[in-house]
Amino acid sequence: MAQSALLIRGLRYSYGAHHVVDGIDLDARVGTVLGVLGPNGAGKSTTIALAVGSKRPDAGTVEIFGRDPYRRHEETAQLAGVMLQDGGLPMSAKPLAVLRHLAALYPDPRPLDELVEPLGIREFANRSIRRLSGGQRQRVALAAALIGRPRIVFLDEPSAGLDPQAREVVHEVIGDLAASGVSVVLTTHDLAEAEKLAEDIVVVDRGRIIARGAPAELRGASAAGRRLVITVPDAPDPSTDAGRELTTALTAVAPASVQGTLIVAAGNLDSARIAALCTVIAEAGLTIGDISMQSQSLADVFFELTGRPLR
Amino acid sequence: MTETTVSGAGASQPSTAPGMRARRVFAQAKFETAAVLRNGEQLLLALILPLGLLVFLTTTPLLDALGAIPAGGDRLSIALPGTLGLCLASTAFTGQAIATAFDRRYGVLAQLATTPLGTTGLILGKLGAVIGVVVIQYALAFGIAAVLGYRGGLDVLALIITTILGTAALLALGLLMAGTLRAEATLGAANLVWVLMAGAGGLVLPATGEWGTIVGCLPSGALGDAMRASLAGTWDVTALIVLLVWSLVGALAARRWFRFE
Repeated sequence: MAQSALLIRGLRYSYGAHHVVDGIDLDARVGTVLGVLGPNGAGKSTTIALAVGSKRPDAGTVEIFGRDPYRRHEETAQLAGVMLQDGGLPMSAKPLAVLRHLAALYPDPRPLDELVEPLGIREFANRSIRRLSGGQRQRVALAAALIGRPRIVFLDEPSAGLDPQAREVVHEVIGDLAASGVSVVLTTHDLAEAEKLAEDIVVVDRGRIIARGAPAELRGASAAGRRLVITVPDAPDPSTDAGRELTTALTAVAPASVQGTLIVAAGNLDSARIAALCTVIAEAGLTIGDISMQSQSLADVFFELTGRPLR
Repeated sequence: MTETTVSGAGASQPSTAPGMRARRVFAQAKFETAAVLRNGEQLLLALILPLGLLVFLTTTPLLDALGAIPAGGDRLSIALPGTLGLCLASTAFTGQAIATAFDRRYGVLAQLATTPLGTTGLILGKLGAVIGVVVIQYALAFGIAAVLGYRGGLDVLALIITTILGTAALLALGLLMAGTLRAEATLGAANLVWVLMAGAGGLVLPATGEWGTIVGCLPSGALGDAMRASLAGTWDVTALIVLLVWSLVGALAARRWFRFE
């Protein structure tokens, strides 16, 4: 059986009476991307701090390639690269000087050019960090996480604040890392990012894992699974008499609701019920602009699991 | 941006060789020393103000007017130890407190703590940077003093011990401040304390009477007393013990309360 790059069991951590991490199990397989999803304050960053040995767990075990990162930090720090949420770069220094310095802390660092060129750092390499944009700092911080040739990389919200082009670069780098055998632990509250990059996803809320699996499994595991979306440009407002009448007629057929110009029905509907819904709409004198079956997004799944939107 | 390949898992086993540890600490010390020498405010604090004070106190009759010069001494017997003490206050206390506080605010400490350097290596690196800057400060201070007519007569071992204990006490207290207060609060407080130590704390001018007894128990007064003694070729053992106690108290408190984030 393949060794886990990261193995966490029963992890707990509190600030006073506040249980930030409340019994988390995680497995990051070698050469895969593990997405850790959750709203702000869910305990993602604290979990990373515990996973890399920056904090001592109240309970539970953490292993990075079989080593406890708190007790054997000098060893695990050579195996793990970390990109923290706030970048962690000294403001008065220049990107190349920072990267050169960090390289000196590792036994077998990557040559700077291997990071500076692909991440597009060269163009602002001689400006002090203070004068860089958020996206530029993110790229330097990503390079800092990779300079020591890590076998597992922890990326805490790596594409937060990036423009779409820079985000694409970060995504490519993450894909390349996994393809070359590096494990990536990625926290994000960007669901599209998690779906695109991660083989495994855990959803964290209030210090606990509330769902886990491959992105497709997570969507499938959700009760509704798929939904029917009918676009009705002249749909009445649900608070009007016409709107209430329409909703009543629709819900007699299937669990449906009017959401602006969309009529949304959850669940796997058979053809007869789809036809019946269309008949209700036609009899109300409304026009159908479009009909489609849509998979639930992870955002829907998260909403269903927690009753709250993911932001 | 077509070739974005960043690949190649590190296959090597981690090493815990002591040589690597020393190399990392040295790298950190070098990086932080360079940061001080690059920063205008740090240079003002570490070099311009102490060395300017040395020239000012030695070339003006201020010390004579204050009656601060001991029998048989000259202006340099007060100005030079005061300058050396102020150099330590600038570098080990105020400079490190401010730099560390802002590094903490921007997550630099937390980031470095995730590297093989670790928290212990980080502290040792800071100590190394302080030593590096102090060596430069001392070289310039003694050079300028020689130009101003300094004739020697110091106890070198006493000066070294005073410097070590003074650095330890001030660095521990500076890091305690940086690791517990907000960055802006540290900036204000560390500068204010510097002014108080220099102006009234017995660091530059010997304090007398009851006030002298009080500041003699504080790091600034004890450092001033020990410096003046070593430059006069003697030892102030009481002052050195006070510095040792402050070093231990400061280090234990910093260990207990310092927060890296």
